[in-house]
Amino acid sequence: MSSRFPEVAALVLTGLLLGACERETRRFREEPPAAPATSGVRLSELEPGPTTPDIPLHNAYEDNAWAVAEGKRLYSQFNCVGCHGHGGGAIGPPLMDAEWRYGAEPENVFASIAEGRPNGMPAFGTKVGAQQIWQLAAYVRSMSGLVAKDVAPGRDDHMQKKAPELAAPDAAPRDSRSEPPPP
Amino acid sequence: MRAVSPSEITRADDRELHETLERVWGDRPGLVGWITTTDHKRIALRYIVTTFVFFLLGGLNAGLMRLQLSRPENDFLGPDAYNQVFTVHGMTMMFLFAVPMMLALGLYFVPLMVGARNVAYPRLNAFGYWVFLIGCLLLYTGFLTNTGPDAGWFSYVPLAGPGFSPGKRSDIWAQTVTFTEVSGLIAAVEIIATVFKHRAPGMSLNRMPLFVWAMLVTAFMTIYSMPWVASASLFLASDRLVGTHFFNPAEGGDALLWQHLFWFFGHPEVYIIFIPATGLVSQLVSGFTRRPVYGYPVMVLANIMQGFLAFGLWVHHMFATTVPQLGSSFFTATSAMIAIPAGIQIFCWLATIWHGKPQFRAAFLFVLGFIVVFVTGGLSGVMISSVPFDTQVHDSYFIVAHFHYVLLGALFPFFGAVYYWFPKLTGRMLSERLGYWHFGLFFVGVNVTFFPMHFLGLAGMPRRVYTYIAETGWGNLNLLASAGAVLIVGSVAVLLVNFFRALRRGDRAPDNPWRAETLEWATASPPPSYSFLHIPVVEGRSPLWERSERRPVVTGLSTEVRDTLVTTLVDALPDSRHYDPRPSAAPLYAALALGITFITLIFTPWGLPIGGAVFFLGMVRWAWPTLRSYREQLRYEEGKA
Amino acid sequence: MTTALLALQWSGRHSALDPFGPQAGRVHSLWQFLWIVAALVLLAVVVTLLLATFRRRGEAPEEAGPRTRSAVATAVAGTVAVLLVFLGVNFATGRAVTLPPDDALLLRITGHQWWWEVTYPARPPGNQVTTANEIHVPVGVPVVAELQSSDVIHSFWPANLVGKRDLIPGETASIWFRADSAGVYRAQCAEFCGHGHAKMALLVIAEPHESFDAWLVRQRDSARTPADSLARRGQEVFLASSCVMCHSVRGTPAGSRIGPDLTHLASRRSLAAGSIPNTRGHLAGWILDPQRIKPGARMPANALSPPDLEALLAYLESLR
Repeated sequence: MSSRFPEVAALVLTGLLLGACERETRRFREEPPAAPATSGVRLSELEPGPTTPDIPLHNAYEDNAWAVAEGKRLYSQFNCVGCHGHGGGAIGPPLMDAEWRYGAEPENVFASIAEGRPNGMPAFGTKVGAQQIWQLAAYVRSMSGLVAKDVAPGRDDHMQKKAPELAAPDAAPRDSRSEPPPP
Repeated sequence: MRAVSPSEITRADDRELHETLERVWGDRPGLVGWITTTDHKRIALRYIVTTFVFFLLGGLNAGLMRLQLSRPENDFLGPDAYNQVFTVHGMTMMFLFAVPMMLALGLYFVPLMVGARNVAYPRLNAFGYWVFLIGCLLLYTGFLTNTGPDAGWFSYVPLAGPGFSPGKRSDIWAQTVTFTEVSGLIAAVEIIATVFKHRAPGMSLNRMPLFVWAMLVTAFMTIYSMPWVASASLFLASDRLVGTHFFNPAEGGDALLWQHLFWFFGHPEVYIIFIPATGLVSQLVSGFTRRPVYGYPVMVLANIMQGFLAFGLWVHHMFATTVPQLGSSFFTATSAMIAIPAGIQIFCWLATIWHGKPQFRAAFLFVLGFIVVFVTGGLSGVMISSVPFDTQVHDSYFIVAHFHYVLLGALFPFFGAVYYWFPKLTGRMLSERLGYWHFGLFFVGVNVTFFPMHFLGLAGMPRRVYTYIAETGWGNLNLLASAGAVLIVGSVAVLLVNFFRALRRGDRAPDNPWRAETLEWATASPPPSYSFLHIPVVEGRSPLWERSERRPVVTGLSTEVRDTLVTTLVDALPDSRHYDPRPSAAPLYAALALGITFITLIFTPWGLPIGGAVFFLGMVRWAWPTLRSYREQLRYEEGKA
Repeated sequence: MTTALLALQWSGRHSALDPFGPQAGRVHSLWQFLWIVAALVLLAVVVTLLLATFRRRGEAPEEAGPRTRSAVATAVAGTVAVLLVFLGVNFATGRAVTLPPDDALLLRITGHQWWWEVTYPARPPGNQVTTANEIHVPVGVPVVAELQSSDVIHSFWPANLVGKRDLIPGETASIWFRADSAGVYRAQCAEFCGHGHAKMALLVIAEPHESFDAWLVRQRDSARTPADSLARRGQEVFLASSCVMCHSVRGTPAGSRIGPDLTHLASRRSLAAGSIPNTRGHLAGWILDPQRIKPGARMPANALSPPDLEALLAYLESLR
């Protein structure tokens, strides 16, 4: 046990350092993560053939502080605030709580932004590139504490509206897809 | 007065005394001794080696920048890498090299120069070093994992704030600064207490060497300036971590507040580097012209005046902001006024050289180089104290040229001091011939690198640009500057060769190779753990040059325990005795606990309670009485009675 | 020769040593004075240092006497005298360059990461002109610029005209200047503002009164629907792609103000805030892969098919 300690320590340290590298990269110019924008929401339980296994997709931008910060900037610049408020919701549903009508996974959030959703959510996919949508998706999930605290953004230089994302309480997502939509 | 060197111990009782003192003051052998030591010489040497290593790393960063800027539209470094490189370069040179190096020289030589066996609070001193080391490692761990601070060494908000610096880069800035501030404050406290209460009897204030005066002024400046940046970095860290609004104008904070707080520290910081350098120049001038520096009282007063004026200049870093005109004029006047004490010093050194017999050793050449380079930097400094002129050159390469002239002006006496004190530190002589090469390359390199930058700045090149378009016409001068940087790298390489050569097969150094005047030369090279066989009694300003027949020393101190003499503040009359603590690993534990606190605070506010508890345990361990120290205390009390 | 001239036109002059305005001129005179005095002082110190070091010395040790004392005292007095003269000259220059003139032309400059938004306020407000990274001013007319920042601190520095002024979030600074002869002057951001700091320049174009007025009138216009079919197709590409998320072209549904206003893009000399000349090739490169030209810029890469790109370029080039 004790003889293993140096190796274990070295491994843990390397992991931490690599994590730091990933957290701090500024990915200005790259191919965005694979964008299977059509996965995600299903309005029917039925499907042809055997049941598709649910392979969760990891949004690499959720490990990257710069990308999440870019998502935060786009969130306000593309006027997401106009409907969702600063996460508390208004015309649109709140984004900082545990309820996810169309799924809480990164690919679900991506699809919601790209394809739009009934009752008012526009489809941004034609006007916003995949890279920016993934950044937005990472930020949206950081609002309910689903992104690591050392990656989530701090307060912004505006009027205080809510606690900074890095202080957002973890909201364990409750999938309300199968529940009937609210009236 | 000079028969205090163990290398010349002939009398049997002196030999016996040497062995007793070595047993009492020496460290335990091996790693344990290395960790637990509280000997100011070992700790200061550690500081010196550490800071020098970071000087080399900071220089490497500078080399990368010069490579990137050597031609227009270069794609060697992108903006992300370049921003980290220049920020880490500035932080390294300011926080990890220049200031701690000067304080480290003070920690090594001030006790020796005032005839003390150790600094005033030896364990605190060890703690300070460990804290500093953790800070250095934090910055470079960050830098190597792509988490290097990237908002400039003065880290202006809002760019460094939560809204525009995602990730942990700026937090690394804030905590590195906190670590170095803690260690800087500790070093300052050590120096002040040592100078005030541990001078050898007879060394009244007006007999202190000029370097000691310079370090005293520096230490006071450190104590008055560093809390400002420590609070600023605390504000920044809490803005970033818990969402306070110190610097958020929308919630009643102020972005300009940062600049005031930072520069109220930042400008004195420059003098914290420069004033010790003037002390070094004074020692070198007197050492290599064989006469005391002319005008001792005005030299001391000049340092004190600089110390005060340094706190009245900070707004000249902010002339391009919205500070009111009238205020700016005040700061123009004070900035220009600082040229008066600096001028006085230059003239007094010139007068000393004029009347002395200069010896052209490498160390003295660095003094000559210093005067030329520093006067150049001082003159451009007076220029930029003018508000209208500064609005043109502020944040341009003119400023880069100016502050490199001033700071490298302080590096010249440091290199001089390396040649001067290396024999004392290591017991080996550096090669003079390599010293000439080092000086020549460095002097030419500095001027070729930085003089063209004045014109680049006037030609419109802003600082901190990672590239520039060819149409600006800045390419040729940049290439010239990069060529000069090659010379500087060469000169430092020569110095390194000189180090290794000297350590492997350098000549053995005598106690006082330069026949200099101050007390550090009155003991062996390198000094033994107890520094002086007998604590000397001082009868003049140049103790080793006094041709007195009597060689008075202090008697009556216990040799069986670490007994030191406390003297009065002004006249250094024997006042009381002080029991110097034994070596201990507690400072290391406490520093580690503090390190855990600060580093955890980068990631979570829980760092404060958790780290605070760990640190409290560390302090309990530190203060915990041991049987051994109790017995020693008893013996000490008996000896007193 | 022509290429050099064109290059000069898009990059502009940028030097404090080449003044074209009253303030830069005064500061330039101040610099010449300072430079001469500094050279003389440095010369005096170096000569004294060399004399002190290398002069012939007698065998007997010399002592510093009253002559040394008076020499040092004289030198200190000389220092004080030079500083007093410096303060006087500095004060005179400061007065001359800061007093703001009456009836100046007003414009507003807002710093963004990493470009400049410029507006010319007007009455009625509908006549207000908005452009980016380029200001036009009439020759010989004082201009007051109000400076604001939307994010971090930037600094406006048209070195040939006047010294710099910081744009600080939460505050409004102002600066005035006057261009005394026609030309293109470059103002590069001087306060470190992040990744794009090195590529954030603004061109000040000083032109005769008539052409300035004509320019201002043209800038007030909305964009016209292009006449030729390729450009019309380009407009459709523009409106259907991600351009509209950030840019506005007045007269079309594109009205976002995140990025520079493109209503008169083709009339500007440079792209990417003074980083590249505004030519068709550079514009294409900028649209397809902006991060190669200006890493960190907020403009995302755009994957456009060649025909779409050609149409888009034709449209953008029609925005005169």
